Amino acid sequence: MALVLNEEQRFLRDTARDFLAVNAPVNALRALRDNRDETGFSLPLWQQMAELGWPAIALPEEYGGLDFGFLGLGVVFEETGRTLTASPLLASSVLGASLINAGGTDEQKSNLLPELAAGELTLALALEESHHHDPAATMMSAQRDGEHLILEGKKVIVMDGHSANLLAVVTRTSGQRGDQAGLTIVLVSPNAHGVTRRRTSLMDSRNYAEIEFDQVRVSTTACLGETDQGWEILEAALDRARLALAAEMYGGALECFDRTLEYLKEREQFGVKIGSFQALQHRIAHLHTELELNRSVLLQALSVVDENPQQLPMMASMAKARMNELYLLMTDEAVQMHGGIGVTDELDIGLFLKRARVAVQLFGDTGYHQRRFATLSGF
Amino acid sequence: MNAKDDFRLECRAWLEQNCPESQRQPVVAAEQYWGGSKGEFASDDARVWFERMRDHGWTAPEWPVEYGGGGLDPQQAKILKQEMQAIGARPPVYGLGLWMLGPALLEYGNEEQKQRHIGAIVRGESRWCQGYSEPGSGSDLASLQCGAEDKGDHFLVNGSKIWTTAADRCDWVFCLLRTDTSAPKHQGISFVLIEMDSPGVSTSPIALISGESEFCQTFFDNVVVPKENLIGGLNEGWTVAKALLKHERKLMSEMVTNPPRSLMPPADLARAYCELSDDGAIVDSRVRSQLVDYEMDLQAVALTQFRIFEENRAGTPGQTPLVMKYAGTELEKRKSELALAILGHHGLGWDEESFSETELATTRAWAMSKAMTIAGGTSEVQLNLIAKNVLGLPADYHGR
Ligand SMILES: Cc1cc2nc3c(=O)[nH]c(=O)nc-3n(C[C@H](O)[C@H](O)[C@H](O)COP(=O)(O)OP(=O)(O)OC[C@H]3O[C@@H](n4cnc5c(N)ncnc54)[C@H](O)[C@@H]3O)c2cc1C
Repeated sequence: MALVLNEEQRFLRDTARDFLAVNAPVNALRALRDNRDETGFSLPLWQQMAELGWPAIALPEEYGGLDFGFLGLGVVFEETGRTLTASPLLASSVLGASLINAGGTDEQKSNLLPELAAGELTLALALEESHHHDPAATMMSAQRDGEHLILEGKKVIVMDGHSANLLAVVTRTSGQRGDQAGLTIVLVSPNAHGVTRRRTSLMDSRNYAEIEFDQVRVSTTACLGETDQGWEILEAALDRARLALAAEMYGGALECFDRTLEYLKEREQFGVKIGSFQALQHRIAHLHTELELNRSVLLQALSVVDENPQQLPMMASMAKARMNELYLLMTDEAVQMHGGIGVTDELDIGLFLKRARVAVQLFGDTGYHQRRFATLSGF
Repeated sequence: MNAKDDFRLECRAWLEQNCPESQRQPVVAAEQYWGGSKGEFASDDARVWFERMRDHGWTAPEWPVEYGGGGLDPQQAKILKQEMQAIGARPPVYGLGLWMLGPALLEYGNEEQKQRHIGAIVRGESRWCQGYSEPGSGSDLASLQCGAEDKGDHFLVNGSKIWTTAADRCDWVFCLLRTDTSAPKHQGISFVLIEMDSPGVSTSPIALISGESEFCQTFFDNVVVPKENLIGGLNEGWTVAKALLKHERKLMSEMVTNPPRSLMPPADLARAYCELSDDGAIVDSRVRSQLVDYEMDLQAVALTQFRIFEENRAGTPGQTPLVMKYAGTELEKRKSELALAILGHHGLGWDEESFSETELATTRAWAMSKAMTIAGGTSEVQLNLIAKNVLGLPADYHGR
């Protein structure tokens, strides 16, 4: 159990906080949005993050990682959540790298992980096909043709898919919609013949691509893991991504909380601070309680990745479901307690409000994780 | 057949003959006609429809015929509304003049004021905005500072108003102004009409989270306002304001039961976007249960609106209206969040071509729903009013 950060982790958190405050405050996201930036994140910033070693934090030393542990990575995500920092850290360094680490051959690992750890290569997972997160519903086809696979279909909401150098595509090679068995993960170059990427920017002003695969031919050696056996690799990577995202969401909620608390102490109506109204005091005190409870859940969930991996699926679902509800509640309350200024674009709270709605849908909404938790619990 | 049925048939026939087909389609924001000198019709049909309704007095069905209204009683007005809904007829014109100022003028304006303004509102000639809130006076509206100094034959207005919806597109603003700085705060306020093109009035837009710049800050710099623009007595503006707020809150409480047709109801969205079992049940048990909560709450709100209407007709009005702004707008907020959850990835678009119009409209409505529990008096203020005015609880020690 690591419900308290150790000294090194606290140091990492403070470094991250200081770095982001200077180099990637909320205004940086605003600027990316207003300038309709092509990449959707700042490349120089990403290079600085790589120099700080962030993409390498949770990767094994033998492949260029720092082996610092997943909790350390979570600490960084909490900070990026406070500043709404856009970068490939989630899509590539967590989701992408975890896929390779979980399913790659030695050769794939030595080829890809060092570059991913250095932030030089970015990878995106092309998974979703419909309205809601549902990996087992994957239907994109990969037809065997001798030593090749022919990919055909369309993927949506591919996080950072527009800028990634490499795509991991989830396909169905056998079984039915809804089956866990029968999924195969294939690594595909975005420049391969027949791949069309279209950038879509969502309400959180970040990058998600729609990618079409039109008779895309790839060698069977491009598979990650065995044919039909992609499910476990995918789940291992998704659970890590869910946790990193949960940490980001917690950070976002905490930031909204701090700003709202500040406002309650500053704004006056009826000749007094609005924070003196008991109606608001109880609400903010309730939010504080929620933060306290969810911090424990988050820390425990982040630590099981390294310490107790068999608990990972359940803890990931618990953490994601809870941070979903926390972030929704917190952003709603933050807007409401700010009054009229709360619905202006000028106030940053609106950016958190929108990020929360996207984050809730990514890698499973509350209903998805409640069902998964129930199944894993045997009820 | 009774008179009620006669009137219904008459409405039906008239609408059938006069409402162009295109005006029976769901209206998107860009096609709404708000009148005023800057108002534009999105199409010839929109103009024709507006003009026919105007000439029939039906842009303001319940207002007296002498000022250009339709002279209908509440029951008739309701029938007209139902018949318009039945064919999906668009409102011919929108605006704060019709919804808020007009009713208050009819109650508190003098004959000259009514002659001058009511007709112009009915005919869509003037568009109005509301100048109440100030940077330092929101929930505590009565603390407002924007002042009107008595200069004999006119007022001299100085100060600013904020969150003035659409001020940059309006011809007139109805304002609450401080006319006595020494009286207790509610007793030194007057209700004054100001022409937006008066020298010294300026606006600067404020962008909203929904992406639109609906808000303005409105500045008054030595603005000369004729005394005849005072509504109600000097320093009696609070009474007029309260009457007007009643109309505003009623309107806002009805948004959830009377949504624009461009939005699909959550149940229809769920049928289109959620996985259904063979017998048509929504598989996601959480969404299903939230949908049921919403549908039942919606019925409760609709039935209560109906009960209020019937109580008024029976001549036994109660205090039920006081809970409706809170109940209606909170439900609207919950509904919008549910709609977004049902759309999943499809509810996250902003200005992207890969999303359908319905999807984008749902997302925008979601963003606006956050404002509805703030505008027109926040939910917290509504609850304070219920506690104090309905339940007779003592005022908070500083809630004055
Ligand atoms: C979409 C929209 C359109 C608007 N259009 C107009 C317009 O056209 N014209 C106009 O004049 N105004 C308009 N307003 C302004 C609106 O009336 C004010 O925003 C509202 O009254 C709240 O005031 P405020 O923003 O100053 O918030 P504040 O009063 O500062 O409130 C901040 C928070 O404190 C809470 N609070 C305050 N007092 C108490 C208390 N006693 N007890 C408990 N909680 C309390 C509030 O509920 C809120 O959560 C609009 C607002 C919105 C959102």
